[in-house]
Amino acid sequence: MLLEDPMRGVAPMLTALQKLQYSSEQLTTLHPDFLLLCLLAKCYKTGLSILEDDIFEVDQPRDFFLYCYYGGMICIGQKKFSKALELLHSVVTAPMSVLNAIAIEAYKKYILVSLIHLGQFSSSFPKYTSSVAQRNLKNFSQPYLELVNSYCTGKISELEAFVQANNEKFESDKNLGLVKQVVSSMYKRNIQRLTQTYLTLSLEDIANTVQLNSAKEAEMHVLQMIQDGEIYATINQKDGMVRFLEDPEQYKTCEMIELIDSSIQRIMMLSRKLTDMDEQLSCDPLYLGKAGRDRQRFDFDDFDTVPSKFTV
Amino acid sequence: MEAEDDATGQMIEDEEIYVNGGEDGDESKRHRPIISSEQLDIEAYAALYSGRTKISRLMFIAEKCGNASMQLDALRMAYDEIKKGENTQLFREVVVKIDGRLGPNYGPDGAWADAVDRRAEFRKEKLENELNAYRTNLIKESIRMGYNDFGDFYFAHGQLGDAFKNFVRTRDYCTTSKHIVHMCMNAILVSIEMGQFTHVTSYVSKAEQSQDALDPITIEKLRCAAGLALLEGKKYKLAARKFLETGPELGNNYTEVIAPQDVATYGGLCALASFDRAELKSKVIDSINFRNFLELVPEIRELINDFYTSHYASCLEYLGNLKANLLLDIHLHDHVETLYEQIRNKALIQYTHPFVSVDLHMMANAFNTSIASLEKELEALITNNQIQARIDSHNKILYARHADQRNATFQRVLQTGSEFDREVRAMLLRANLIKHEFNLKASRKH
Repeated sequence: MLLEDPMRGVAPMLTALQKLQYSSEQLTTLHPDFLLLCLLAKCYKTGLSILEDDIFEVDQPRDFFLYCYYGGMICIGQKKFSKALELLHSVVTAPMSVLNAIAIEAYKKYILVSLIHLGQFSSSFPKYTSSVAQRNLKNFSQPYLELVNSYCTGKISELEAFVQANNEKFESDKNLGLVKQVVSSMYKRNIQRLTQTYLTLSLEDIANTVQLNSAKEAEMHVLQMIQDGEIYATINQKDGMVRFLEDPEQYKTCEMIELIDSSIQRIMMLSRKLTDMDEQLSCDPLYLGKAGRDRQRFDFDDFDTVPSKFTV
Repeated sequence: MEAEDDATGQMIEDEEIYVNGGEDGDESKRHRPIISSEQLDIEAYAALYSGRTKISRLMFIAEKCGNASMQLDALRMAYDEIKKGENTQLFREVVVKIDGRLGPNYGPDGAWADAVDRRAEFRKEKLENELNAYRTNLIKESIRMGYNDFGDFYFAHGQLGDAFKNFVRTRDYCTTSKHIVHMCMNAILVSIEMGQFTHVTSYVSKAEQSQDALDPITIEKLRCAAGLALLEGKKYKLAARKFLETGPELGNNYTEVIAPQDVATYGGLCALASFDRAELKSKVIDSINFRNFLELVPEIRELINDFYTSHYASCLEYLGNLKANLLLDIHLHDHVETLYEQIRNKALIQYTHPFVSVDLHMMANAFNTSIASLEKELEALITNNQIQARIDSHNKILYARHADQRNATFQRVLQTGSEFDREVRAMLLRANLIKHEFNLKASRKH
């Protein structure tokens, strides 16, 4: 890294990483550094391969934050928005006693990715977010929350005006590229909404409803979306009509069965892990001490398996 | 046919909503006459009410209607009515509004106002002395009567807040449930005039608790009051139910608050806007009780029947005709828009419900609008998921769309699976983090 040549460091780091982990589920201190290297070297694919493994054991919270943050950025680069959303979500909701800058940056990106991928953003935090985060994160990301508001109105011109106005703020956070993607995702969102209400629609009408400049542009957008697999439609160029089709997925193919099967396997493994952890915790002396203390008030008829006064 | 119409109009003299305009119906419609949206006959309307509500309604009409002659009419009648009472505050207001337009007879009558004020002072002193006397004697019944008199006095003079306070004070001196009911009725009356409908609801429930002292007329009055309160609170379904339960014994007994025509109108419109077909049929169309009320406003009856038999164009036309007059009603005016929108949406939904495909041309004809605006309305309803259909904009046809249950189930299953996956992983991670933090703290302790 210090040699200003990140590309050379990627491969050795990768092997070092693999040797250092004693299981693929552990996060080492090397992980975030490795991801940073990948980011700087712009070889996102290698970074992505590491991100594929789930991690369950964390030694240092700081490593975790950095790992998730860089991981999120790599996923954004590879346009894997759902994984990015997951990682950034972990940062935002991780238990922390003091607010740290990584969480703030992650929250800003989280808002933007959520807009691109899901088309909406709920500013209420889930219950398990730490109170520190809940109280403070919003203060630091005011312009982003306003961006959410103007996105929700559905008017492109407003959104663009807002982006123009706050250009430098977004620029200084290095989020301008993401913001531009948010704007373009707005068109997609509007077109997708049209598929719900119309069976066929002329390109002119699409252009008008979505506030594009011409039917040609509308055609280009629709074409792009069909190729990306975001909508199912056919364009009839003679009439200038677009016919929206239903999702042709019939859930009858072998691949689908394999997919479902593998999901089931994964989930079974996860629930096994969960029960393991639960058992571990129940044997933990600290937990027993606390639980024992709380049960004093029950009446004596309860057959208490835990002695009421249990000191560590 | 005109003469007949006028004759029937005369017989049912307390129609509030319309004057039988002498137009013939179009030949395309049935032999039922189309009643035009002529102006409210203010005299007939005002004859339905008594007391303070008459004055408030007349002044509201004067404020809201754009027609100068109607305005002056209303103000004139308000002036006459006020002179019969003792409310100098309202008198002054009315005089200002009239502004000398009605000639010298309707000018500021300072002498009358002063005389009334002096009388009021005198009476107030007398009442106070009496009340003090009763209080020293500690005779509950007299104290209660004293407060009641005070309440009535303040009400007549337009000081509604004081009136309310005094009526409420009688509560401590009520010995029988009849007294309680009396107090509740007074409190309800004042609250309605003040526009504080939360009090209305609470006093209605209080009065209904003492079942034994309630005679049928009072029960009906309470139902109407409750219905009004619900209407103001925008709970249209509940309001409709209350109004529909009101029995014909109400008659003309509650004219200081509401007229039976109002019960019919409010009940009918709210029911149309919020009931589904089954309820509409059983509670409104087939109800013998409510039929008596509907006879008083045949337009509402026709409206509801048209809606039920899917003659939407004439139904909406009736609604349009009624709108101008309904906007002049003090209780209904800010709900007219919402109710109309709801009724229109229900009509659209009901129209498309039985069909697999609907030609938008025919639908536009049935609803008497243009295709473009119809398309916009349908789009809004589809987006709100009230109609399950898609529009073929090229051929202008609406196709009903039935969700494919099997595919939907698969999709949901996969989605739930991945959500569970994500959540559990995140949870395990977080638990791990906490454990490490905890371990850190614990290790520091040792």
